[in-house]
Amino acid sequence: MFAFLIRRLFQALVVMFVISIISFSIQDNLGDPLREMLGQSVSEEQRQAMRDEMGLNDPFLTQYGRFLGKAVQGDLGTSYFFKEPALDVILKKLPATLELVFGATLIIIVFSVPLGIYSAINPQSIFSKIIMGVSTIGISVPVFLTAIGLIYVFAIELGWMPAFGRGETFQITENLDTALLTADGLHHLILPSFTLASIMLPLFIRLIRSEMMEVLQSEYIKFAWAKGISPWRVYFLHAFKNTMLPVITVGGVQIGTMVAYTILTETVFQWPGMGFLFLEAVNRVDTPLIVAYLIVVGAIFVVTNTLVDLIYGFVNPTVKLTGK
Amino acid sequence: MPLLEVNNLEVCFGLRQGSVTALRDISFQLERGERLGIVGESGAGKSVLGFSIINLISRPGFINKGEVLFEGKNLAALKNKEMRTIRGNRIAMIFQDPMMTLNPVLTIGDQMVECLRAHRKISKQDARVISLQKLKQVYIPSPDTRLDQYPHELSGGMRQRIVIAIGLLLDPDLIIADEPTTALDVTIQAEIMELMVELCERNNVALILITHDLGVVSEVTQRTIVMYAGRVIEEGPTKEIINDAQHPYTQGLINALPQMALPGQRLNQIRGTMPGLNDLPSGCAFSPRCDYVLPACHEAIPALTKSGGCNVACHLVTEQNNLSEVNE
Ligand SMILES: Nc1ncnc2c1ncn2[C@@H]1O[C@H](COP(=O)(O)OP(=O)(O)OP(=O)(O)O)[C@@H](O)[C@H]1O
Ligand SMILES: [Mg+2]
Repeated sequence: MFAFLIRRLFQALVVMFVISIISFSIQDNLGDPLREMLGQSVSEEQRQAMRDEMGLNDPFLTQYGRFLGKAVQGDLGTSYFFKEPALDVILKKLPATLELVFGATLIIIVFSVPLGIYSAINPQSIFSKIIMGVSTIGISVPVFLTAIGLIYVFAIELGWMPAFGRGETFQITENLDTALLTADGLHHLILPSFTLASIMLPLFIRLIRSEMMEVLQSEYIKFAWAKGISPWRVYFLHAFKNTMLPVITVGGVQIGTMVAYTILTETVFQWPGMGFLFLEAVNRVDTPLIVAYLIVVGAIFVVTNTLVDLIYGFVNPTVKLTGK
Repeated sequence: MPLLEVNNLEVCFGLRQGSVTALRDISFQLERGERLGIVGESGAGKSVLGFSIINLISRPGFINKGEVLFEGKNLAALKNKEMRTIRGNRIAMIFQDPMMTLNPVLTIGDQMVECLRAHRKISKQDARVISLQKLKQVYIPSPDTRLDQYPHELSGGMRQRIVIAIGLLLDPDLIIADEPTTALDVTIQAEIMELMVELCERNNVALILITHDLGVVSEVTQRTIVMYAGRVIEEGPTKEIINDAQHPYTQGLINALPQMALPGQRLNQIRGTMPGLNDLPSGCAFSPRCDYVLPACHEAIPALTKSGGCNVACHLVTEQNNLSEVNE
């Protein structure tokens, strides 16, 4: 277990190292940060002086070495636009994004588990066929369309939901607030969460259904029936526990991917999270912020994968968490 | 009243291309404590028969006709809920591959206790005590540590012992064992078979032993049913069937036994293969492979008729019997 965590920590460092190289190498192709900062009216000499001062004219390796030296001390540079440490700017927006991911994950679990199990147990029923049909459509509709559709129906036509923003938040510390603790915040969270969930939900229903159908064919399920135990126990203990194993593995990766989808959702709903900030940073060519965002997202990936492996090891007795 | 009486059982599978009949007109009886062997080639319908006795044929299969009387009660017509009180309780089933029969994510103890508690109102503690006792009966080494282990921590032979122990948990009247040793090491096969016979004898449990292996059948069972393409083609006391098989198919099976071949000689396999259920020949299903075909064999399906101490479904046998009757 200890060896496992050490190994994961090491992996995390490698992943983040690679991300930093990649994001650092593409920054030259993003555009000129000075134009955004200074506007058009500044003379070429002034620009060059500025570039020298900021170290933007140094060779790539020098720049990268300087970046890395500071990065290991937790300093990912200063945002050109906010004039604040890039990491701080990102982390301040992290709660909003995590709220969204949390809301969507909750929706996915609450809907996909019962619907997936139901349609696996009763594959021929009309309701199962409806579930499958709707989920096929769900997969093929792009996120922004879902968002616009939801906003149109629930915010504009029915007026039940706010169309954008995060609403009132609860201030936990100076830098940490959450929409999960106010009624207004939760109200604002509903539509964006459903939008974010809409991509993964159909996938999860199908995944759970197909895994469960396979498990139900297995010998140990037949044996469970032959023991005369209740259907409830066969389905929800014997079959479901085995169904969960592959679902956890795939699901963990998908939840990581969801962080990427937050960019779209946050933009459509003006949700003030990291993704929204990232898009703004790209527009402003705020390189340190872009790099910081990518590194934080990388870290989230590594953390979710580690959690997934821990849960998997917990559910599956044949797996021992080792350093190998 | 016999313990089990199967009458004219017919089982079909509803497939997209139309339904196929996997079992036709199966009838036999089993007394309390009796051991019955069911033999036949792969695909003959042995497993389907085993599962249909406990009314557990997986979709799209269903019992189309006939009855399965267990202590006089027709299991084929029972509601699921009532059927559950019989499965695992009065009739236990043991499967072929112990590597696949136990749920990998539940402990041995969980899988034993749940079975007991499904049929008896007892506490978890009491259920564990009974489970432990049954593990001792199947001679599991250090039984008390096993309850908290997972299947993957045990060898194949040990797992099959546990499956047998689960079968014995509620002191059933009948155990259906579907090739219980096929997946095991040759050295362990005999051990497990011996164990099953011992336990059945001691507790007066009836056994239906499904197998390919006529050798095992001759050692273990008192009566034998030979199946071919979903039908019973010969049935009678095991001794008579082994020593004096009448149906050409049964004779073929016996001649194919390794013990029957002379050293250095090839095994005497029956030529050809068993036809699929949806392209059965007209008349006797074995006729295309039979060395003794008569014109009648292509026309009518032979009925199971008494011949000596056995029942045989073969035109040749019937004809010979008629001749000898005329001669007398
Ligand atoms: N789920 C199913 N769907 C369709 N047909 C089936 C199904 N299960 C069994 N059958 C049919 O029933 C026939 C008998 O199968 P069964 O498993 O009883 O054979 P068996 O005698 O047990 O063979 P083996 O020795 O290989 O275990 C098969 O040939 C197949 O055509
Ligand atoms: Mg079989």
